[in-house]
Amino acid sequence: MNNFPILSFLTFLPILGMVIVLILPKRQELSIKVTTLVITGLQLVLSIILLMNYNYSAGGINDANSFQFVEKFTWINIPGFSWIGNIKIDYFMGVDGLSTPLVLLTAIVTFIATISSWSIDKSLKGYFAMFLLLDTGMMGVFVALDFFLFYIFWELMLLPMYFLIGIWGGPRREYAAIKFFLYTLFGSIFILLVMIGLYFSSMETLANGSKVFTFNLLELMNPNNYTATGILSPLNPNNLRFIAYIGLFVGFAIKIPMFPFHTWLPDAHVEAPTAISVILAGVLLKMGTYGILRVSYPIFPELTYQLSWFIALFGMINIIYGAFCAMAQKDFKKLIAYSSISHMGYVLLGMSALNTMGISGAVLQMFNHGTITAMLFLIVGVVYDRAHTRDLDAFGGLGKQMPIYTGFVSVAFFAAIGLPGLSGFISEALVFLGGFGSQTTRILAIISTLGILLGAAYMLWTLQRVYLGQLNDKWKELTDLTAREYFMLVPLTLIVIFLGVYPSPMLNLMNASVNHMVKLINDAQVFYSSIHSF
Amino acid sequence: MTENGIINISLAILFLPLLGFIVTLLLGKKIKSIYLFEILIISVTLIASIAVAFGKLSYFVDNKIITEIQWFRLSDTISIKLGFLIDNITVLMLFVVSLISALVHYFSIAYMKGDERYNRYFAYLGIFTFSMNGIVLTHNILMMYIFWELVGLSSYLLIGFWFEKKSASDAGKKAFIVNRVGDIGMFAGILILYLTYNTFSFEQIFSSIAAGKLPFNSNFWLTITGILLFMGAIGKSAQFPLHVWLPDAMEGPTPVSALIHAATMVAAGVYLTIRIFGLLTADAMMFVAIIGMLSAFIPATIALTQNDIKKVLAYSTVSQLGYMVMALGVGAYKFAFFHLVTHAFFKACLFLGSGSVIQAMHHEQDIRNMGGLRKKLPLTYATFLISSLAISGIPLTSGFLSKDGILAGTFAFGSLTGYWIFAVVGFLVALLTAFYMFRLIIITFHGEPKDLHKYEHAHESPFVMAMPLTVLAMLSVFIWYTPNPLNADQGWFFNKWINSPTLSAPNETRFNFMKSEEVKEHNSSTTEITYSEVYTEAMHSAHYPAMFLSLFVAVAGMLTAFVFYQWKKVDVEKLANSIKPLYNFSLNKWYIDEFYQKTFVAGTFGLSRVLGWFDFKVIDGIVNGLAELTRKFAFFVGAFDRVVVDGLVNLTAYISGFVGLIFRRIQTGKVQTYLVLVIFSIIILLFLFKA
Repeated sequence: MNNFPILSFLTFLPILGMVIVLILPKRQELSIKVTTLVITGLQLVLSIILLMNYNYSAGGINDANSFQFVEKFTWINIPGFSWIGNIKIDYFMGVDGLSTPLVLLTAIVTFIATISSWSIDKSLKGYFAMFLLLDTGMMGVFVALDFFLFYIFWELMLLPMYFLIGIWGGPRREYAAIKFFLYTLFGSIFILLVMIGLYFSSMETLANGSKVFTFNLLELMNPNNYTATGILSPLNPNNLRFIAYIGLFVGFAIKIPMFPFHTWLPDAHVEAPTAISVILAGVLLKMGTYGILRVSYPIFPELTYQLSWFIALFGMINIIYGAFCAMAQKDFKKLIAYSSISHMGYVLLGMSALNTMGISGAVLQMFNHGTITAMLFLIVGVVYDRAHTRDLDAFGGLGKQMPIYTGFVSVAFFAAIGLPGLSGFISEALVFLGGFGSQTTRILAIISTLGILLGAAYMLWTLQRVYLGQLNDKWKELTDLTAREYFMLVPLTLIVIFLGVYPSPMLNLMNASVNHMVKLINDAQVFYSSIHSF
Repeated sequence: MTENGIINISLAILFLPLLGFIVTLLLGKKIKSIYLFEILIISVTLIASIAVAFGKLSYFVDNKIITEIQWFRLSDTISIKLGFLIDNITVLMLFVVSLISALVHYFSIAYMKGDERYNRYFAYLGIFTFSMNGIVLTHNILMMYIFWELVGLSSYLLIGFWFEKKSASDAGKKAFIVNRVGDIGMFAGILILYLTYNTFSFEQIFSSIAAGKLPFNSNFWLTITGILLFMGAIGKSAQFPLHVWLPDAMEGPTPVSALIHAATMVAAGVYLTIRIFGLLTADAMMFVAIIGMLSAFIPATIALTQNDIKKVLAYSTVSQLGYMVMALGVGAYKFAFFHLVTHAFFKACLFLGSGSVIQAMHHEQDIRNMGGLRKKLPLTYATFLISSLAISGIPLTSGFLSKDGILAGTFAFGSLTGYWIFAVVGFLVALLTAFYMFRLIIITFHGEPKDLHKYEHAHESPFVMAMPLTVLAMLSVFIWYTPNPLNADQGWFFNKWINSPTLSAPNETRFNFMKSEEVKEHNSSTTEITYSEVYTEAMHSAHYPAMFLSLFVAVAGMLTAFVFYQWKKVDVEKLANSIKPLYNFSLNKWYIDEFYQKTFVAGTFGLSRVLGWFDFKVIDGIVNGLAELTRKFAFFVGAFDRVVVDGLVNLTAYISGFVGLIFRRIQTGKVQTYLVLVIFSIIILLFLFKA
């Protein structure tokens, strides 16, 4: 087990699948679908194997020795010339308590999205090839530990997403796809610049004692590695770390998406096919918050500490603003999209608390929101497939016509509202406990509790408009769930209930890393204040 | 029976109804008679709760049984626990909840007959019983919040059970959201408690407070914490100003109203206040008392004029809950809990009785269309009458004992602190209660039938409905609580079961009469904290005056009702017309709903529309504007590129081409031409240089 490169398999298995799909003749539609299903299924099995062999006590974050399933070798190594020095890029993968839940989430959501993609009927081959490429990009982001590698996967995922929305989307798909692509690319530029800046500011010591510039995230987290003159080096009194932090944050924030960079999301969701919405909300949004935790926090702990109030502020705005906007929507899918913005606000609020409860809550919320919102988008998909409209006012009384479906809807809605017994409650409660526990974010956390009320208001109102009341005669023909839809909703429902009743398995997975992160930021505080007095 | 035995049976009491819910819900479609499983489960739960109450009260009457397990942990210092706190109040509540739940289950067998979602109804009753028992059993505030929300869910599901009706789904939504307003306060209180004490456990919090640890090290914040936690009670127990959801909740099936919205769930707020009583400061208690007083008074005035049989009872419920809350505020802790228990029985009886009437009258709820029903429904009438006597506080009933205690408490509070307002309002409400209850009885059961057709078809309910009514009416008689019909103090309920609360709020924050007398126990440093003797004495001396006065106002209220409606000595219509504004004010529920609708609801929707517009037009507008700007700029750059840059290139090319065109002519390739040109050039040059 130790030598088996499980992370590489997890990441590149979909590429293999893509090759197979591309080789298969166009008319072999079933084979194409089955190939994708088998590949994503295998990926799910692999991620479960990974989970079974996971060492719960290892912290990770900035400690290279406690990362697990590490694969590391020099990938690109160009001997040094002039001032650029040695260009060295590692193929460096590994997981800790921060990434493992998201690896698992990616595997689960992608598998379910594959089932949901069954109803795609337009140029299947291209769709599934792109779908699998997207899968590789997402998985890669969560396991990469070299900034350059991370960036490659980050960008890799853009392209298939662009085509998946732009070709298989709704009426305004091109607008939405371009908006998504450009917006994210815009953010990526900042990430790229900071990456290059960091590269030229820190030196990694090789085994032979020589020092080279590095993209290795863990080396970048070590304040002792920075050169005296690097533009992003804390040792340089004229460093640009503050600007770099903001830039990096914006780059990641666009993905979350954080107010005011969020408007690409509703458009992308409305146009994307159901399966892609599920992936978009279920996995892609988490890459933003994951990036902040993986890159921004440990590399710039002193700025994280100083700016935590602002992170919390934006979290609060996301929660409340997103909720109000959700309430104003007439399109079912757009409403769920805005609810995602609101719920991602909890992640921001939790991580800004910089204490165990807050960060635990944030990471748990990433996982929980991933499963809950995947359910919500599937639910919209179910009704859209049948009624071909998402106008909230066009419905009513579906609870009577489709009782089993409505049962799943209730679970998902109440999970989104944060009802105890379902997973959303635990993460939200931890976020609030953490946010209130930190003096910096206390007041913002209290204001954010309004989100609990607003969430209930718009969700229950939606439940009433679509599922309660008298059945509109137009929908007398609608049928209840098909076997395939059961197959998508049942596992998610079980996860949502299980983690709501017994969150320990997921929390135990994260605890060591979360505590390590909290310690890192607190320790860094001491270290950095010894260099400069802020 | 051992402590472990009690814990294990309590576990069964908690989880059996959950099992009933899951099985009944999942198999409801397949097996038509699966509801019988839920009936079986609730019967077993009832027996188990009797066993626990018996075991606890006989063998461990002075013990607090506490047990806990770890739910999840985040670090070595952060561990979240779940657990039970079983004291006498717990087991009595378990019994009350299980008994009423069981009776409502039986009643519903007949009442809900023929409903298309029959099994699902019983499943929902199961999850309600589970959640309610969770609230009762918990030993910590977080777990209470969890079950608190779950009863909210079951209440939502059952209010909106007939969800095809818009009014029903509206009412369910309203109940959930209004409750959440209170819950936010409660949750904020929980956040403060955890931040300060690093635990959710009631016992640990109290001992820390007693040891002098306070939120943000100030008495003020202890008061705020108490008030915030109490906000949960304001929501759940439908106290003013969040009482508006309860009357609407009457959209649910009537047995549900009896179980959830009269006897048990709405009493959870009172139960919460009882559990946190130890940390309430004098200021917080004053707040509680004022809220209780307003909630007792306002709905009582509204109940006077309502014509829907269930609405009258709903407002009466809010009013009675207000009594309990006010009792807690003035320190009559024991009587608050006592009234909770007695009220649970007689109010459940009244609601089930109204269900029996509604069923008999073919879903008629307007009392103006009833009348004379006592002949048709003798048993319903008898039980309804007994319960009404109890709620009005007539001797020999349970309500007399508990209400008298509360009124004596307000009396004692007045004499000790000088705040007589609570006593005044308390007696006034007692008067109003007796009046509106007998107004209801006389219009419904006495006189002549108004709707003959419905009257003719009315018939007494079957056994499964009659039996619960009888049991509940019997429980509204004094004998179950005390052998002395005039004084509850001498009964087992008070002497043995319910103890004075242990207070932990700092001495200087309490009312004078509640300051603790430090009784150092030998060889231990703990101090026994008790009510002062002064309060006991004040209660004692208030007892008889309060009793006579309360009896007087109750009889006065009843007589007025008879004068108005039975003997018709006063023309009610005329009276109503002469005080039209007041009458309308009461009939329209003080316009509180309208006020909320115009302010909070409209405000929220307005803000959401504004922000939705802002998001679409401004935020997204900026994004699209920037994109447009970029495109314009790109177009401009493109044009510049095409016209100027490329133009220059082309111009150069053009010029060279043009020049080439001219000079091409010269390049004929003929030597003689070149020769001529050369010679001409030389001549010109020579000519030029010559000058």
